[in-house]
Amino acid sequence: MRDRRPRESADARAAEGTDLRTSKSVGPTNPRDQADQKGAKERTVLVELRDKTQIMDEMGMKRALTRIAHEIIETNKGVQGVALVGIRRRGGPLAVRLADLIESFEGIRPPVGVLDITLYRDDLTALANQPLVHRTEVHFDITGMSIVLVDDVIYTGRTVRAGLDALIDLGRPRRIQLAVLIDRGHRELPIKPDFVGKNVPTSREEVVSVCVREIDDEDKVTIQERIQ
Amino acid sequence: MGISAQSTQFDRRKDLLGLKDVSNEEIELILNTALPMKDIIRREIKKVPTLRGKGIITVFYENSTRTRTSFELAGKYLSADTSNLAVSTSSVQKGETLRDTIKTLEMMGPDILVMRHSMTGAPHYVAKNTSMRVINAGDGTNEHPTQALLDMFSIRERKGRIDNLKVAILGDILHSRVARSNIYGLAKFGCEIRVAGPPTMIPPGLDRLGVKTCFNLDDAIRGVDVINVLRIQRERQQTGLFPSLDEYSELYMLRPEHLSLAADDAIVLHPGPMNRGVEISSDIADGDTALINEQVTNGVAVRMALLFLMMGGRKDEIAA
Repeated sequence: MRDRRPRESADARAAEGTDLRTSKSVGPTNPRDQADQKGAKERTVLVELRDKTQIMDEMGMKRALTRIAHEIIETNKGVQGVALVGIRRRGGPLAVRLADLIESFEGIRPPVGVLDITLYRDDLTALANQPLVHRTEVHFDITGMSIVLVDDVIYTGRTVRAGLDALIDLGRPRRIQLAVLIDRGHRELPIKPDFVGKNVPTSREEVVSVCVREIDDEDKVTIQERIQ
Repeated sequence: MGISAQSTQFDRRKDLLGLKDVSNEEIELILNTALPMKDIIRREIKKVPTLRGKGIITVFYENSTRTRTSFELAGKYLSADTSNLAVSTSSVQKGETLRDTIKTLEMMGPDILVMRHSMTGAPHYVAKNTSMRVINAGDGTNEHPTQALLDMFSIRERKGRIDNLKVAILGDILHSRVARSNIYGLAKFGCEIRVAGPPTMIPPGLDRLGVKTCFNLDDAIRGVDVINVLRIQRERQQTGLFPSLDEYSELYMLRPEHLSLAADDAIVLHPGPMNRGVEISSDIADGDTALINEQVTNGVAVRMALLFLMMGGRKDEIAA
């Protein structure tokens, strides 16, 4: 009944303090393991990754988020009834920053929450190790609201699918929109972001690494490749 | 934090039979995971899809209200299919052996077997003879690990920590699997554990576990942070270990005046079901210091965490 595909995996997202995304970090062994960007980050550990290209620096990230914040305001004709919900981990800080920006433009701060999607993943039994479950912290009623789901990277779309299910279990929003800093393509589900910081064509062998200062002490986005 | 290593350790465990051989890291992982699980219980939609397609069967050879129901709901909140074998109306009554019963259940395909049995070691025997993962829900007078886990979760929730607390366990220590699992679990976190009860109900050798034995409540309770009151198990009392319930309650019932001896913010736990007026007075049972109702909710959360953690990982690795 269980998936017996030979895989190595570990929970890097859980291992706070272990940065798997620096130039000397380690990453997936098998391209199949990159089926999900979030999953890919969590797997061990036998192959090293190095930065190939930096595609966004601190200013670039700030500009992209500023534009997304304006687009959210414009699309929703203001921020009445709008709330931001980030997907753990790096969607969380990004949602807070978008709320800061929206507040500075509109004078109204939309509510912000964080979603843990671990219990909604579609690959739990395929992983050799259980990822850690963290708390979902959405301390407002989402029913009737326009929710902007925020994540750092969209890849296969499976994380967003899990995020949609997790969100809908909390209530019935009027609509859900999706904001991502990076769209790296390769979708496996019919999901399309409403707000995109930057479209980045990638190959499946590459890893897109988003660092945010709240977690990684710096703001940057890089494409990493495996060291052969 | 080395969490990867911790979860690896947990995933290689096929069964949970007792806290004696469970590491501090595993206990912390279960308690940490129970926190988001408790949030789910409080939500309007109390269901996550995590264990969709998994089967859990509960087999209780002894009576139970909260443990069995709590495992069943824990499984359901995680979308597993749960089923219960009612032993008293099953083929066990026709003389089927334990091993045959378990084999029959195994062939129906469930992934986890939750089992309570009056014989010490019965789940251990079953675990060796089945591919299902086995969770001990109480075996004889040996262990009741999920009760101790929920006690520890309740303690940590109220006290903010478990480490180095002073804990008194009161009542029938001899027959209590709850006491034994609590002692194993709490000792791993450096707690000072005292027990008190009738001398006939204190097993020998507790000092080897680092437990201090007291023969009156005052000595046991003085300065403690946690008081865990055990149920007098009338079903195990045929041999007259104490003269009468009246005498027992006179000497060993926890009353409000005892609480003044304990630390200021001491809490009272009871695994239930309570014998009011025997081991615990109603004033305490219904008072603010008692976490007895909260323990029931925490029991579901802790069991959800355990089911989730045990269902991960590849079976071939776990068997190794």
